[in-house]
Amino acid sequence: MKHLLAIEQLSREEIEAILDRAESFAEVGRRDIKKVPTLRGRTVVTLFYESSTRTSSSFELAAKRLSADLVSVKAAGSSVDKGESLKDTVATLSAYDPAAIVIRHPYAGAAQMVAEWTEAAVVNAGDGKHEHPSQALLDVYTLRRRLGSLEGTRIWIVGDVLHSRVARSNLIAFQRMGAEVTVCGPPTLIPRGIEELGCEVSYSLERLGEAEVVYALRMQRERMNESFVPSLREYAASFQIDTRRLNPRQLLMHPGPVNRGVELSGEAIDSPQSLIAEQVAAGLVVRMAILYELLAGGERPAPLAKGDGTAEATPIGQPA
Amino acid sequence: MSEKVVLEHDDLRRTLKRIAHEIAEKNPDAAGLAIVGIHTRGAVLARRLHALLAELTGADLPIGDLDISFYRDDVGAKAPAAQPVVHASHIDFDLSERTVVLVDDVLFTGRTVRAAIEALFDYGRPRRVQLAVLCDRGHRELPIRPDYVGKNLPTARGERVNVSLGEVDGSDQVTISEPSHAEALS
Repeated sequence: MKHLLAIEQLSREEIEAILDRAESFAEVGRRDIKKVPTLRGRTVVTLFYESSTRTSSSFELAAKRLSADLVSVKAAGSSVDKGESLKDTVATLSAYDPAAIVIRHPYAGAAQMVAEWTEAAVVNAGDGKHEHPSQALLDVYTLRRRLGSLEGTRIWIVGDVLHSRVARSNLIAFQRMGAEVTVCGPPTLIPRGIEELGCEVSYSLERLGEAEVVYALRMQRERMNESFVPSLREYAASFQIDTRRLNPRQLLMHPGPVNRGVELSGEAIDSPQSLIAEQVAAGLVVRMAILYELLAGGERPAPLAKGDGTAEATPIGQPA
Repeated sequence: MSEKVVLEHDDLRRTLKRIAHEIAEKNPDAAGLAIVGIHTRGAVLARRLHALLAELTGADLPIGDLDISFYRDDVGAKAPAAQPVVHASHIDFDLSERTVVLVDDVLFTGRTVRAAIEALFDYGRPRRVQLAVLCDRGHRELPIRPDYVGKNLPTARGERVNVSLGEVDGSDQVTISEPSHAEALS
């Protein structure tokens, strides 16, 4: 795997390999010294054209915990303000010979384009309404830890599906891991034809009780140029997930940041069935695993291989 | 591919027993010991040594295991992709003031042991680190020397040493094989 641009390009086996790797990084995070020398001497660039707290901070910390050198560029305050194009910015940053570029951009396909302009491995940290693969991986990781497997799990994705790259990536990832997905929201916020991706569609929360996992999406006010809902209050009246609509056996997830009192009630966010804090913690180890997979992958530890000794330089970790 | 058996089940049992005796002899204060195995087969051998040492000294020593993949010196160097096997390290005791016995199955170039020592020091500062290996096949690329050796195996560089252990492979055996012509070229 050279780049991580979309969940769509990953097989179930590849997803599981990344999640298994993330498990061993979770162990690293429990030590006093939460750092391993794996990417020593390599450079990771994060390039964010949209605001972000979780994704940018966890990618940055992930790179540091792997001992990579980190350059983090935010569009605001950089030469982008002076009118530099994405291509020129990437060319500039590529001059530092980075091993990986992590990019978030408001236009779908931006990461794909960057991958064509640079030698570095490119990680899509969200491109417009297209995909957000690292979010989907960390959500599958969180659920897998909680449930063991997603096989046959009924997951409802509720809210602003139309504007959500998370919805798209998660829908694909959840299904690939064997879950049954229903998307739910007001008709104006559900893209037409989405059922062709193999999910069910519901325009009300009536059957929410069927779900084992409720995945709420953020109302993306910054992407709403037209009136998709009469008002946020009206949206909340029909689609807010609160402790009354949620039954105690259901798990609640949200990619963050949450609009408290819009898509989720404050009570639901803080309830014990909410996995939101676990999702954030998972973000770090899963992003370490992604960087590891792209930059140190290809070759893997092979403890079950039967020896070695034919090659000139001996790969270590393989029993001799 | 010709294969020569160098250790059978009983030899292996006797060898480990002898190593356990040597460890106990060299460390009169057995309570200050800890056993740490290197994944995968080193960890299995560590568990066996741990049991033998418990019989011998009556001390229930701390035991852990290490996965060294994040400490390799050839990360990113292209090597043939193998099946992804992922382990996590488990060291849930305090290393400081302890004598840690690192356990691995085969000592070859010494690079695995170097990585293991580096990994170990991210968990704490052991008082002393000793190295126990089932087989030493020579061809060191680093200045690393084992404290306890089960069997010295003079080998040619191209040969392979295959360690099978009941817990992971179904039976105990150590063999030396010459790679087939095709493998030697790969």
